[in-house]
Amino acid sequence: MDNQTVLAALRDTVGREIRAVSEFRGDLSVTLTPAGYLAAAQFLRDDPELAYVFLENLCGVDYLGRKPRFEVVAHLTSLRHRHRVCLKVGCDEPDPTVPSLTPLFPTANYQERETFDLLGIKFAGHPSLTRILLPDDWVGHPLRKDHPLGDEEVAFTFNQERIYARKPFARE
Amino acid sequence: MGIEEKAGNLGIVTTTLETVVNWGRTNAMWPLLFGLACCAIEMMGAQASNYDLSRFGMELNRASPRQADLMIVAGRVSRKMAPVVRRLYDQMPEPKWVIAMGDCAACGGIFNNYAIVQGVDEVVPVDVYVAGCPPRPEALIDGIMMLHQKVMREKISGKKEAPIRLDQPLVQVK
Amino acid sequence: MTEPITVPTPQQIIEPAISGRTETMVLNMGPHHPSTHGVLRLVLELDGEVVVNLAPDVGYLHTGIEKTMESKTYQKAVVLTDRMDYLAPLSNNLCYALAVEKLLEVEIPERAQIARVLLTELQRISSHLVWLGTHALDLAAMSVFLYAFREREQILDIFELVSGARMMTSYFRIGGLAYDLPADFLPTVEQFLAIMPSRIDEYEDLLTANPLWLERTVGVGVIDAQAAIALGLTGANLRATGVAYDVRKAMPYSGYETYSFEIPIGKNGDIYDRYRVRIAEMRQSVKIAQQAAERLRELGPGPVVTPNRKVAPPPKREITESMESLIHHFKLWTEGFKPPRGDAYVSIESPRGILGCYVVSDGSPKPWRVHFRAPSFINLQSLAHMAKGRLVADLVALIASLDPVLGEVDR
Repeated sequence: MDNQTVLAALRDTVGREIRAVSEFRGDLSVTLTPAGYLAAAQFLRDDPELAYVFLENLCGVDYLGRKPRFEVVAHLTSLRHRHRVCLKVGCDEPDPTVPSLTPLFPTANYQERETFDLLGIKFAGHPSLTRILLPDDWVGHPLRKDHPLGDEEVAFTFNQERIYARKPFARE
Repeated sequence: MGIEEKAGNLGIVTTTLETVVNWGRTNAMWPLLFGLACCAIEMMGAQASNYDLSRFGMELNRASPRQADLMIVAGRVSRKMAPVVRRLYDQMPEPKWVIAMGDCAACGGIFNNYAIVQGVDEVVPVDVYVAGCPPRPEALIDGIMMLHQKVMREKISGKKEAPIRLDQPLVQVK
Repeated sequence: MTEPITVPTPQQIIEPAISGRTETMVLNMGPHHPSTHGVLRLVLELDGEVVVNLAPDVGYLHTGIEKTMESKTYQKAVVLTDRMDYLAPLSNNLCYALAVEKLLEVEIPERAQIARVLLTELQRISSHLVWLGTHALDLAAMSVFLYAFREREQILDIFELVSGARMMTSYFRIGGLAYDLPADFLPTVEQFLAIMPSRIDEYEDLLTANPLWLERTVGVGVIDAQAAIALGLTGANLRATGVAYDVRKAMPYSGYETYSFEIPIGKNGDIYDRYRVRIAEMRQSVKIAQQAAERLRELGPGPVVTPNRKVAPPPKREITESMESLIHHFKLWTEGFKPPRGDAYVSIESPRGILGCYVVSDGSPKPWRVHFRAPSFINLQSLAHMAKGRLVADLVALIASLDPVLGEVDR
């Protein structure tokens, strides 16, 4: 299995939905519309010749300042052909939403919840889209580029008095 | 090696109540079986065959906070975990001590970000800080020995001393 | 597949209980529990002793590693990867380094490649030893823990010899190794590899035919290959179901295609098979490490970082002689290198399964986004599927057999 075969098969089925194709360092990545993303994943999984049955990775990226701002990246692996293909789909504010892959691949469940938790991307069709890593009452999505790192000033000898004066030390 | 050698055949030992109580506390200090992150693995290493923490009467890790009197905070404390740590501490019976094991527990370490509490002393009062990322088992044992010495100096009034920091051990430990 | 696979959330189990469901009981297990291997919290729905449903609640060790990496230069971020899967820091280093090297397209010297393979295989053994010790401890076999940690200390001594640190070595850097291997490295490793097979026999003597061990593990926590792939189960857990998928063979990296080794697989996908697969993996790792040690001995001394001066600093003595080297050194230390725009995904076989790293570069010296496909995190999803209908006591064995590392689950 090589990149061209997969790409040709994808062009045959979801050709209209493909927005961009890139081959970088030997890896094929295909950017699709939201509808095409779901259709492509379903096709790659169900086609007996291709058999990309294993969703290896799913994550989101915040490209602040670009249109569309967010991108969801899914890496599908064919265990039989030992080949990987990358599907990308963009979504934009104010309501970044992409279709969920969980009905197709149950393993996407946690990865989509993590992406929702840390980046605030919603997945339409996900059975239980809630925060997973951060507490339920957390405000904000820390992996967004406009979210601060939240670091505190480090205490050294020259400034420790000032910092320790307002540090909330615990009591008995 | 027991006390009978020092007592000879008198059958009576005179000491202060403080000393005997503190001696008893140091030699049967039960740590809470409580691991958070990387340091917990080194804590396990300290209890395993090579470092053998049971030489100091501490092989018995208690999983229940109600039976433990030493909490070794081994690892980074996240904002989600902080209330749990405090609750475990509150459930431990008096007297109780806390060792902040590792840089993350002591000051946040390399994780200076939104998710990690910058030092577990914001959550529970700490008696001894052990430096290292993660500290070697020897460092943990050293920290525990230091705590033992501190406990030996405790007064019956129950007033606690200030924390001991490992960066200046010779100044503070007599 | 008879019924669709679902992965419930804690709320879905707790809420019916609050609103008046009385046939089953909800039990909270963790985040402080000796058998959850860290700070995993499980919400169990029980019918007597039988698990009806369960939901893992993770995030109690969320460290913000991915966010923090975005604020460091590429080389400095290596240190953060160590603390993710803290039983296999070198695997994390390797995965991240490979991903950035893929972006940079740098060549790694032969000696560094072999050292990487050798050390990650030792790391795999040490990680499996912790798994074995704690797994046996959970099922009340205390002595295995003491034996396993005895050998683990030897491996940690090797790491300390090499890098100065026992656990958090940060030894694999982008472009090669942090520094050359010490002179007494090979004799120490060979000595260890010579005794290790007999030590694995010792563990097997204690457990493999032990009736108590068999009773607790055979036929418990069964998952079939189809469900395992659907749930993204990887590593020894997947291979125990009979799927011979190992990234070291399927998509080789670091020259694994040149080593001769086998992929041990199981048949039934139960806890006992996972145990057998991991034990066999340790033997295979010894075999790979022996081949790597031989090659290192044949190869002799040589460079351990890439000659590309844009990525790795020049040797110290060159700096005093050459202006160009001084500039390279200065640039690397003040700014760091700049990979070209683009993204790269690399996966390796970590002791827990497929560890993937997705790096996005915007052409600046700091990564725009780093994402780790954490095998423990994804393996945890299958816990509910395997535990349904079993006793709570089996659940303890099941968690240990999945071998999750919570630092990696929460990152």
